[in-house]
Amino acid sequence: MKGLLKFITCGSVDDGKSTLIGHMLYDAKLIFTDQEKALEMDSKIGSNDGEPDYSLLLDGLMAEREQGITIDVAYRYFTTENRSFIVADTPGHEEYTRNMAVGASFADLAILLTDASKGVLIQTRRHLRICALMGIKHFVFVINKMDIVDYDKRVFEKIKADIMDLMEDIEYENIYVIPVSATKGDNLTTLSDKTPWFDGVPLLEYLENIDTESENTDKPFVMPVQRVCRPDRTFRGFQGQIEEGTVKPGDKITALPSGETAVVTEVYVCDNMVRQAISGQPVTICIDREMDISRGCVIVGETDAKVANLFRSQVLWMDDEPLQTGKSYYLKIGTKKILASITRVCHGIDINSGKRVTCDTLNKNEIGVCEIMTADKVVLAQFSKINSLGCFILIDGESNMTSACGVVKRELNREDNVVWQDMDITREIREKELGQKAKTVWFTGLSGAGKSTLANALEKRLLMLGKHTMILDGDNVRHGLNSNLSFGEEDRAENIRRIAEAARLINDAGIIVLVSAIAPYEKDRRNAADIIGEAFREVYVSTPKEECAKRDVKGLYAKAERNEIKDFTGVNSPYEIPHNADLVIDTTGKEINDCVDELMKLFIED
Amino acid sequence: MSTLSQLDKLEAEAIHIMREVAAECEKPVMLYSIGKDSSVMLRLAQKAFYPEKPPFPLMHIDTTWKFKEMIEFRDKVAEESGMEMIVYSNQDGIDKGINPFDHGSIYTDVMKTQALKAALDKYGFTAAFGGGRRDEEKSRAKERIFSFRNSKHAWDPKNQRPEMWKLYNTQIIKGESIRVFPLSNWTERDIWQYIERENIPIVPLYFAKERPVVYRDGNIIMVDDDRMKLREGEKVEMKKVRFRTLGCYPLTGGVESDAVTLPEIIEETLSAVSSERTSRVIDYEGAASMERRKREGYF
Repeated sequence: MKGLLKFITCGSVDDGKSTLIGHMLYDAKLIFTDQEKALEMDSKIGSNDGEPDYSLLLDGLMAEREQGITIDVAYRYFTTENRSFIVADTPGHEEYTRNMAVGASFADLAILLTDASKGVLIQTRRHLRICALMGIKHFVFVINKMDIVDYDKRVFEKIKADIMDLMEDIEYENIYVIPVSATKGDNLTTLSDKTPWFDGVPLLEYLENIDTESENTDKPFVMPVQRVCRPDRTFRGFQGQIEEGTVKPGDKITALPSGETAVVTEVYVCDNMVRQAISGQPVTICIDREMDISRGCVIVGETDAKVANLFRSQVLWMDDEPLQTGKSYYLKIGTKKILASITRVCHGIDINSGKRVTCDTLNKNEIGVCEIMTADKVVLAQFSKINSLGCFILIDGESNMTSACGVVKRELNREDNVVWQDMDITREIREKELGQKAKTVWFTGLSGAGKSTLANALEKRLLMLGKHTMILDGDNVRHGLNSNLSFGEEDRAENIRRIAEAARLINDAGIIVLVSAIAPYEKDRRNAADIIGEAFREVYVSTPKEECAKRDVKGLYAKAERNEIKDFTGVNSPYEIPHNADLVIDTTGKEINDCVDELMKLFIED
Repeated sequence: MSTLSQLDKLEAEAIHIMREVAAECEKPVMLYSIGKDSSVMLRLAQKAFYPEKPPFPLMHIDTTWKFKEMIEFRDKVAEESGMEMIVYSNQDGIDKGINPFDHGSIYTDVMKTQALKAALDKYGFTAAFGGGRRDEEKSRAKERIFSFRNSKHAWDPKNQRPEMWKLYNTQIIKGESIRVFPLSNWTERDIWQYIERENIPIVPLYFAKERPVVYRDGNIIMVDDDRMKLREGEKVEMKKVRFRTLGCYPLTGGVESDAVTLPEIIEETLSAVSSERTSRVIDYEGAASMERRKREGYF
């Protein structure tokens, strides 16, 4: 007899999942008579044409019967002569994606239903993607409602070809495509004479024989510690379930994350002392020395498990509240629960098409790739390598909702991690966090040329694009940082130097700085360029003096002409025109938006 | 290398769940109903924490209408396990004379559902293990292993927390509680096979024996004491019967049977044509009666 098979059924609302399972149980004579009686009774309400409605065997909740759809996973148990099964019947509607994922996380095999008259729909792709995300490797595609398309072989072959295309991006071990009619019962428990062209076995027979057990005992030993058992001073054992490999007295083990090693002295499976315990068994392990091992630690042999506090993952968001980067969530991985935050959403994945989408959050039922940082080092592994250390959930600390589930793609490599642990956070790391390159855009030009106006407008545009910015305005800086400086040549040089130093500090924080300062002397501007370095961009606002004087927003030109101000650039103090500016803009008669469009060229490389 | 049998896997799953609860929940309790599922659950708990005793008490909600043999069995279990056995009855209901003959569904609500809620509140338990299985009934088939109750002990079936892999979210706020079903994935057959394999003692009522019974509304009801009021035309007969589930004797139907050993019971179960809840009278009060009771706080 084959071991227990756990499988899920998924498909769209009307694909007939519940009917498929209900009818298969009925035909295999696996339905108790009282359930059968209840089915007949319920059918009088639930069905129109008087025929039994097999789906009623599965749709258990009142709300579902009222709505005629499945909203939550229903588990069914049946045993044939050859095998025991647990089937998780899962909802098809996109709104209940998370409930489908619950069923998928439980299953070894997925049955995906496709309506023969409709072909592969977008929902099928979504269901397939979720099954793959949750780790399913065995797929059965049931092409249902073959009766509606007159059991046409060509229809079946066409859909089968589409499915094989779809599977190209999916990692799998087994795939089986079968034509059926769930209502009529074709190819469920016996081969139908309506499909003589089909050379496979009936669905139930396939399920009875498929082998899904992966050989976990040959792998290195892995056991997350659930609890420490200390009935008295003489006994101290570590309790958990062996996820992979085997353990026996005399084995050398390592406790992660500490990395300390010890030798196993005793192994118990439940209440029996044993010579060896294998993958899947609940054990209590004693070791030969005192070690600080507690719940959340993982006891391992020679393993691929990693210790990290930053990793990349693929997550399915399940909460009504959208993902918030930077917010604290509880992360549960293995038996460890720890505070963590999502530092970055790298990109979303369109749940239907599988294409990457740009986004900085995830809403309910959306999938994306995120980077997650934990408050302390945790033991983890790539989901594809060690399932049990590669899957996790995120819990909202305020609502206690299970907000997301996900799988570890990879821990971020050691070098990256060392940088984090040493808190040696460079400008590059901050830039990466903010998703931008730090720059200083220096607007030089005569008073009234439009420097501040341009800087303000550019800042608004950058903000809209999600960039982080700061303006240093030459006039404003003179009220604080530079309030002790005059307008003489020497103090003008110091003014520029201080602004440049401030800009560089802000750039180090990863932030884009927009400076508007007249900076009339070429040597001061070159000095600023040296201080700020590669991030420096010079914009010469070349609006002619006549235009500036005409605007004279602050009434300064008039005062200068009357000699009420001395050292006024362009009137009684020189302005050296820049010859190496990255951009030259004359604002005369121009729309501000056009100017900003032009300025955005400075950011194109990002 | 050998792989685990189906029973081994179910045992491992239940033990994993119990250890998670003991490690993460503040004040757990195991609801002990004296039935075969409770017997299996208790044995699993003893295995899960060995060589420690299970780090939580047992609690029995006594409606005062249980079979006498059940109460005797319960007291023996309490003594032998060395675990604390809390017995709670709804004194108010007793004072008002609420009984299964005169009060129908009100009786179940007052003596079981209300009593359970009051007991959980009284002791401040944050998590309660129950022996419910998903193969028993349709609304149970949809319930998670960790099932959350608000401060009024109500279940919201439309808003169950996602339960992924083996990663149980045990976080609750004050006043909320969790019902935990470690036997969710067991079937009746698994329970019997495990009882046989592990040699677990069960209440003798599960084995066929000549017992005084009456036939009432299609059920065979045992006359366990003189509180049983006979209806007109009913007469007490001695019949060889056994019980597939145990509860309050006036509400529990027996089946005629010759099964006096475990292998015979298993044989009978495997070829049975009606599912075990048939013999619970209360399930037939309406197609969705179980779900309604669960929403209201029934286990």
